[in-house]
Amino acid sequence: MLLSFILIPFVTALLLLFIKNDKSANTIAIVSTLGTLVAAIVVAGNGAVDFNVPWISVLHAQFLLHADGLAKILVLLTAISFPAIIIATSQNQPKQKNIFLSLLLFTQCGLMGVFLSGDALLFYFFWELALIPVYFLSSIWGGEKRIAVTFKFFIYTFLGSLMMLIGIIYVYMHTSDQSFLIQSFAKANLTGGQQVTAFALFFIAFAIKMPIFPLHTWQPDAYEQAPTAVTMVMSAVMVKMGLYGILRWLLPLFPTAFVAHINVVVILSVIGILYASFIAIRQDDIKRLIAYSSIAHIGLMNAAIFSHHQIGIQGAMFQLFSHGINVLGLWIVADIIEQQTGTRSMQQMGGLAKKQPTLAILLVGFALANIALPLTNAFVGEFLMFNSLFQYNVWVGAAAGVSIILAAIYTLNMVQKVAYGEVSTQINQMQTINKPAQIVLIVLLIIVFVTGVFPQPLFDLTADSLQQIIVK
Amino acid sequence: MNAIIVSAFLGVVMMFASWSIKGENKQKNIALFGLIFLILANLAQLNGWYVAEVDTNNMLSFTRFGLYTNTLFYCLTFIYIWINGEEISKIGNHAADFYALFFFILCGASILTSFNNLLMLFIGIEILSIPLYILTGSDKKSLFSNEAAIKYFLMGSFSTGILLLGITFIYGATGSFNLIPPDPSILNEQFMFSAGLILIFAAMNFKVSAAPFHFWTPDVYDGAPTVFTSFMATIAKSAGFIAFINIYLVQYKPFEKTWGIILPLVIVSTLMVGNVTAVFQRSVKRMLTYSSIAQAGFMLFALYGSSSFANEGILLYMVVYSLASIGIFAVLVKMKENSFEAFHGLAKTHPLLAFLTTVFLCSLAGIPITGGFFAKYYMINAVLIAGAGMWLVVVAMIFASISVYYYFKLIQAMYFVPGTPAIGELDKSYTYKLAVIAILILILGVFPNLLFNYLYF
Repeated sequence: MLLSFILIPFVTALLLLFIKNDKSANTIAIVSTLGTLVAAIVVAGNGAVDFNVPWISVLHAQFLLHADGLAKILVLLTAISFPAIIIATSQNQPKQKNIFLSLLLFTQCGLMGVFLSGDALLFYFFWELALIPVYFLSSIWGGEKRIAVTFKFFIYTFLGSLMMLIGIIYVYMHTSDQSFLIQSFAKANLTGGQQVTAFALFFIAFAIKMPIFPLHTWQPDAYEQAPTAVTMVMSAVMVKMGLYGILRWLLPLFPTAFVAHINVVVILSVIGILYASFIAIRQDDIKRLIAYSSIAHIGLMNAAIFSHHQIGIQGAMFQLFSHGINVLGLWIVADIIEQQTGTRSMQQMGGLAKKQPTLAILLVGFALANIALPLTNAFVGEFLMFNSLFQYNVWVGAAAGVSIILAAIYTLNMVQKVAYGEVSTQINQMQTINKPAQIVLIVLLIIVFVTGVFPQPLFDLTADSLQQIIVK
Repeated sequence: MNAIIVSAFLGVVMMFASWSIKGENKQKNIALFGLIFLILANLAQLNGWYVAEVDTNNMLSFTRFGLYTNTLFYCLTFIYIWINGEEISKIGNHAADFYALFFFILCGASILTSFNNLLMLFIGIEILSIPLYILTGSDKKSLFSNEAAIKYFLMGSFSTGILLLGITFIYGATGSFNLIPPDPSILNEQFMFSAGLILIFAAMNFKVSAAPFHFWTPDVYDGAPTVFTSFMATIAKSAGFIAFINIYLVQYKPFEKTWGIILPLVIVSTLMVGNVTAVFQRSVKRMLTYSSIAQAGFMLFALYGSSSFANEGILLYMVVYSLASIGIFAVLVKMKENSFEAFHGLAKTHPLLAFLTTVFLCSLAGIPITGGFFAKYYMINAVLIAGAGMWLVVVAMIFASISVYYYFKLIQAMYFVPGTPAIGELDKSYTYKLAVIAILILILGVFPNLLFNYLYF
C-alpha cells in the first residue's frame, strides 16, 4: 500500500513523457494525483503495514517505508496539494506541458518518499530526488531571472544536503548494528560532543530548506521566479521537508544536542519571524508578500518545535498541515489574478470585490486563515504554538506574538488593496474564473474551516508520533 | 601474469595489423576481439590457468583485487573503443597504431595492479606513460597537440626522475627493492627512508595530477585530441591511482606518519585548485580537465582507507568516473567547438543526447540515483571510518557543491539557453551507445554492490 505513493506518481511521470497532447496529459495527471489522494485517505484512516525490502546489502541499507501519524499527515497534505495545484493551474499553458506535469509528478514521488522513508540513506535519496525536478521546472518555465535564481536555490540546498549526508554517515558509523534504520540511529552510541557534530550537520540541511533567518535569502527570489504551480509545491509542501526532518530525525536522534541548542535556534527563528513580517509589510508584489509571510509562519513553527513542550510540537504538527492548505489557497487566488490581469503589483489591483465577488470572498477567507483568526485552522495551531512559546519564555513569546499583529497588518493591507477600492483597469479585464479552480478553492476553504472547528481528527492522527517524540 | 603477456602480445599484433589489414573498421573490430580475449585470459588466471609459467621471484604478486581491477580496466577500454572507434580513425593515418598503444598502456596498467617491487613499479609507470606521450602528440598537424606532447614528455620525465630518486633512497635505507615493509625501527634511524617515501609520493601525485603537481594537466588534456584526452583522464589515470594505493595503502601504511602529514594538504589543495579553477573556464574541455583534477582529489581519499570501503570505493569511483567521463568526452568529440556556447539549445535539437549528457554530469557532480553519488559516499565513509577528521570531509563537501556550479552550467547551456548547437554529424547508433553508458551509471547508482559481487567469491 505504501509503495503506491511512490509508484503511482513515478509511473505516471514516465508515462507522461510520451503523451504529447496537452489535454490528455493534464487529465492523466489529475487522475493519477486523485488516485494518490484516495490512497492517502485510506492509509490515514486505517494505517498501513510497513513496506520493507533489502536494498544495498553491503551497506545494510533497506528500502523501508513506514507511515506513522507525522508521516500520514504530511502524505495527506502532499496528496491534497498536487491535484489541487494541477487542477487549479490547468488553464495555464506552459510549453511542453506533458514534461512539465511529468517533472511535477517526479517531485511528488520524491516528497512522498521523504515523508515515508524509515531508512536514512533512502531518506537522503528522496530528499535529493524531490529537489532535482524542481530545479528543472523553475529553470525552464520560470520568470525572467529564473536561471540565476534557481541556481542559487539549488546550490544552497545541495550544500545543505551534502552536509546532511556527512551527518548520516557519521551516525551510521556509530550504530551498533551498522544500519541506516531510524531505530538503529536512535540507539547509536553518541557522546554529547558527537551529538552536537551530527546535530549541526543535519540542522544545516533542514535550516536551509525551511528556511531559517540567516539562510533564507534564496527563498523570496525563488518563489517569485518559479512558475506558480512550482511555487505552490515549494511553499505548501517542500518547506515542510525541513520541519519534518527536525521532528523525525533531529529531535528523536540527538536529544542532548537538541536541548543544548534550543536558545540559539528559538532566537534565530524569532528574529526571522519579525524580520520577514516587517519586510512583508513593505511588499507591493503579491507573490513576494506571500513568500515573506510564509517565512514568518515557518519560523514560528520552528520556534514552537524548539521550545520543546508537548503542546508546541502538537501545534506545529497540526500547523504543518494547516499552513500548507492556507498558503495553497492564497497562491491559487494570486495566480488567477496574475494570469488574468498580467500583473502582480498590488498598486494596480483594486475592486476585485465588485468585479469578482466569489474570488474576493475566497481571498478574504484564506487571508483570515493567514492571520489565524478563530474558527480557521491556523488559529488552532498557532494558539498551541504560542502557548508553548510563552511557557518557554515570556519575552520570546511576546516578541513572536507581535508577528500576529504584523500578519494582520500586511494581510489585511493586501485584502484592502486587492479587493476594495475603485475597480482598476487591470482588474476590469478579468473574465469569469474557470469552474475547476473555483471548486478547488472552495474545497480548500472548507478544509480550512472544518479543521478549524473540529481539529480533533488531526490530533488523533498525529497522537502516536507525538507520543514517541515526547517519550524520548 | 596472463594479462601482462597477452596485452603486450596484442600490442604487437595491432602494430602488424596496421599495414597488413586495411580498413579502419576491421582494425577496430580486431582491437575489440583482442580485448575480449584479454579479459578471458585475465579471468582464466583466477582459475589457475596460465599462458606461460613465469617465475617472477616475487616481484609481481597477483591478488584477487588486482586481477579484478585489470578486468575493469579492460572492460572500460572496451567501452571506450566501442564508442570512439570512428573518431580514433579520423586522427592520423594509421588507426591501428593507436590501438597498439592502448594495449601497451593496458600492459603497463596490468603491471601496476600487481607489482610487488619498486623496479616493477618503475617499469609499469614507464610502459604506461610513454604511449601516453605519443597519444598526446598524435595530431601531428596541430601545434597545440605538439606543444602538449613536449610539455607532457618533459614534465613526465622529470617526475620519473624524482620517482627513481625516491626508489634509490629506499633501496639505500632498506637494501632491497621489494615492497615488503622493513622493520619500523629503521625509521627512527634513517632519514633516507622517509625522504624516499616522500619523493615517491610526489612523483605519484604527478602521475594522478594532484595539486601542487598538476600544472601539466590542463595544457596536456586540452592540447591532446579529445578522444585521447578521454582515455588519459579515465583509464590511464585510474591505473596511476591503483599503483598509488598499492604502495601507500597496502605496503607503507605503517609509515603513515611521514606521508600522512602531507596527504590532507595535497587533497585540500587538489580539490581547491580543481574546483575553483573549473568555475572560471569558458571552454568545456578545459572545464573537464580541471574537473578531472578535482575528482582526483576525491579519489585520494582512498589512501585513508583502513577498511574495505577504501578498496571498494576506489574501484567504484574509478569505474563511475571513467564511464561518465568517457560519455561526456564522447559528446564533446562531436561538437564543432569546445565552448559552452556550442551547447546552447542542444536539448531542443537532440533531446536524448542532452539527457544523457545530463546523466553524465549529474554523476560527476555526485547526485543520487547516479553512480557518482555512491562513489563519493564510499570515499566519505572510508575517511570517516579511518578517523581522519571531520573538517576534511566538510571541506570536501563544500567543494563538491562548488562542482555542481560548473557541471550545471553546462546543463543550463543545453536546456535553458535558446540557440543552435554547433554539433556535427551524429548517427542514431552513436547516441544509443552513449545510452548504454548512462544506463550502467544509473544501475550503479541504485545497486552499487553489483560491482563488488565478483570481488569476493
